[in-house]
Amino acid sequence: MSMLRSEPGVTAVLTTPILPSDSPRALRSATDVPDRIFRVIASSSGTIVLIVMGLVGLFLAIRGYQALAVAGPAFITEPSWNPNSGTFGIAAVLSGTFFIALTALVTAVPLALGTALYISEYAPGRIRGVLVSIVDLMAAVPSVVYGLWGVFFLSPAILPLSQWITTYFGWIPIFAVSGFDANDPLASPTVFSASTFIAGIVVGLMVAPIASSIMREVFTQAPIGEREGALALGSTKWGMIRSVVLPFGRGGMIGGTMLGLGRALGETIAVYLIISPVFVIQPHILEKGANSIAALIALRYNEASAFEISALMAAGLALFLVTLVVNFGASTIIARSRSGSQSD
Amino acid sequence: MTDLLQRPAEAPARVSNPRTWTHPEPTNADPSGTPEVRRATGTIRVVDVIRAVGCAAASIGLTAWFFVYALPLQGGLGFVVLAYLIFLVLFTILTAFDENGPAVRDRVISVVVQSLAFLMLLALAVVVIYTVGRGLDALPHANFFTQDMSNAGPLDPVTRGGVIHAVVGTLIMITIALAISIPLGVTTAVFLSEFPGRYSRFVRTVVEAMTALPSIVAGLFIYATVIVFLGFNRSGFAASLAITVMMLPIIIRSADVVLRLVPGNLKEASRALGASTWRTVWHVTLPTARSGLTTAVILGTARGIGETSPVLLTAGATTYLNLNPLVGPMTSLPLTAFTFVKSPEPAMIARGFGTAAVLMALVLVLFSIARLIGGRGPGQLSNRQRRSRQRTSQEDNLRFRAREAGAVAEPSVPVPRLSLPKIPLPRIKLPRLPGRRPRP
Repeated sequence: MSMLRSEPGVTAVLTTPILPSDSPRALRSATDVPDRIFRVIASSSGTIVLIVMGLVGLFLAIRGYQALAVAGPAFITEPSWNPNSGTFGIAAVLSGTFFIALTALVTAVPLALGTALYISEYAPGRIRGVLVSIVDLMAAVPSVVYGLWGVFFLSPAILPLSQWITTYFGWIPIFAVSGFDANDPLASPTVFSASTFIAGIVVGLMVAPIASSIMREVFTQAPIGEREGALALGSTKWGMIRSVVLPFGRGGMIGGTMLGLGRALGETIAVYLIISPVFVIQPHILEKGANSIAALIALRYNEASAFEISALMAAGLALFLVTLVVNFGASTIIARSRSGSQSD
Repeated sequence: MTDLLQRPAEAPARVSNPRTWTHPEPTNADPSGTPEVRRATGTIRVVDVIRAVGCAAASIGLTAWFFVYALPLQGGLGFVVLAYLIFLVLFTILTAFDENGPAVRDRVISVVVQSLAFLMLLALAVVVIYTVGRGLDALPHANFFTQDMSNAGPLDPVTRGGVIHAVVGTLIMITIALAISIPLGVTTAVFLSEFPGRYSRFVRTVVEAMTALPSIVAGLFIYATVIVFLGFNRSGFAASLAITVMMLPIIIRSADVVLRLVPGNLKEASRALGASTWRTVWHVTLPTARSGLTTAVILGTARGIGETSPVLLTAGATTYLNLNPLVGPMTSLPLTAFTFVKSPEPAMIARGFGTAAVLMALVLVLFSIARLIGGRGPGQLSNRQRRSRQRTSQEDNLRFRAREAGAVAEPSVPVPRLSLPKIPLPRIKLPRLPGRRPRP
């Protein structure tokens, strides 16, 4: 009780009044009937959502298990997809999904980071709000639009770039293209069409606004006092960004990237439109032919037998688990970081 | 402090009030007598602009020389990339003449950041403009918006057939999906934020996990259960269910975030006045979060409208206008765009791009509505709301005063409703809160 100061002439004495019958009161609040009904409605809608969401997971697992039991561990290692003859696996499609997603990230992360930094640090105040709206709007543009653009605009336009990369960097294994001879003047550029590279760039453009939006939100939260402190110590703008904004926003950068990765892994239509499916592990990203789990499902669901559906369910389950891990990782990183602790 | 206390004794005599001591007024004049020039506080100097323009000109010239004389190069993309790299090198060298190391790095990185942002915005603009541009073959024809594709064969020109069936299908599907997911989603979000406990934490974890559900898997789930397992035909209703499964976690998650932003003291004030839980939720929490909830729902809708893959698996494409979601196949805008461009015919491809443009316009409209409604934190009022509240409060004040006056004079006569003068209020530009929009 240090707050009680005894002043001259005043004596503060704390005494506990001793009352003969002072038992703790029962703190029981009576909930009336409407409140109880409200509670039941709210929790039952929560339960309905839980049941629906649980059903999705459960159904995927049960139906997928049928196929998994037949395929066994070969489900992970087998690249071909012939469920009716019993030899099927996700080695090709899963690796293809990752190749496309990684190409997408290599495209998206620099763009997203640059745009986020530009909007939060460099853009004049007047156009900042407009840019934020544009980037957020772009995150809502339907994927089929990006897919159309990728097929009709990007695919023909990018072939010379693919050819140039494989001519000069073909000695790096992932840029190698089998069946292409750089010294043959008549070599057809069609070996570069419908490749992982093109699909990756399109998916990258699709996820860049999402990643950028999250990064920008985190960057703008960097404490103004630390920014001004860095500037007052004589740092340049880039020095301030490097020493204050980027460390502060590291969680948001990683989280935004991973959320983008989650979207890139599950992207269907744009990939389906662009690639020509192959069922081998295709590490040569510039070469024609690629695959992804989502595209496989969209390609094969039609006129599939019950067992084929089950095999597709197993593939979908694998995709879901991968995106789940990525998304949970993202939200954990965002929540644990300094910038995420005060946001959601 | 001590300075202020001690100095008054020696303060100049012209200070009238001896309790205040001020420094003698600083003179701006230089000792030499030249008046001081106002300093420019802008961040861009003339030399920076000259340097950048000079480097750009030099790099274009150098690249052109490389392309024409020096190296066997060709292609527009290569020209731009090479010119940009040469620009960066020249810019670095030129800046290094005047500035020290950190300043050079600062300038170069600012150029890189600005060009990355420009590149991304350019790419996005190209996506939109290209889509609309290719769709312009189909868009100006009125039949594109009034007819379906039932009478148009694959070889017919764009003056026959349209996408009304897809527009109607999209609207029907999204209406059904919203009719399910808005009540369920908002009630669940209320449950998550108002009844904290182990169970609601578990529900929240599951919902957050399901936001990772790829849309094709949601479609596959409905396909496997409703169509294969239960034996229904493909229909608009099945597609609505698939969209609902995809949209529900998104809506719940962002609505939950918005509801948790409602200040606790508002709810506590309501409880302190004796309101029950559901009255607090209905009269305080939900109205306070209204704009945020609307934004959450609209952004979820924009996602749901644009998804192709759930509809692809469950709706079954059709060329007929079908108004019954329960019977017969249906189609949506993204699915129609997707099926159009799979055809090699130029007219079909033009229709596909036209459909994509219509879809983008729809998303743009939804997004603009979300921006207009949202963008305000919980409890922050618009100018109109503020004026209406002020008017109500003035009315109450006048009513009370009239009652007091009337109580003295004649208590039995009811006080007539006073007409109020319209009080002009200054329009206040409300600051936009950062981070008030829920994450997609």
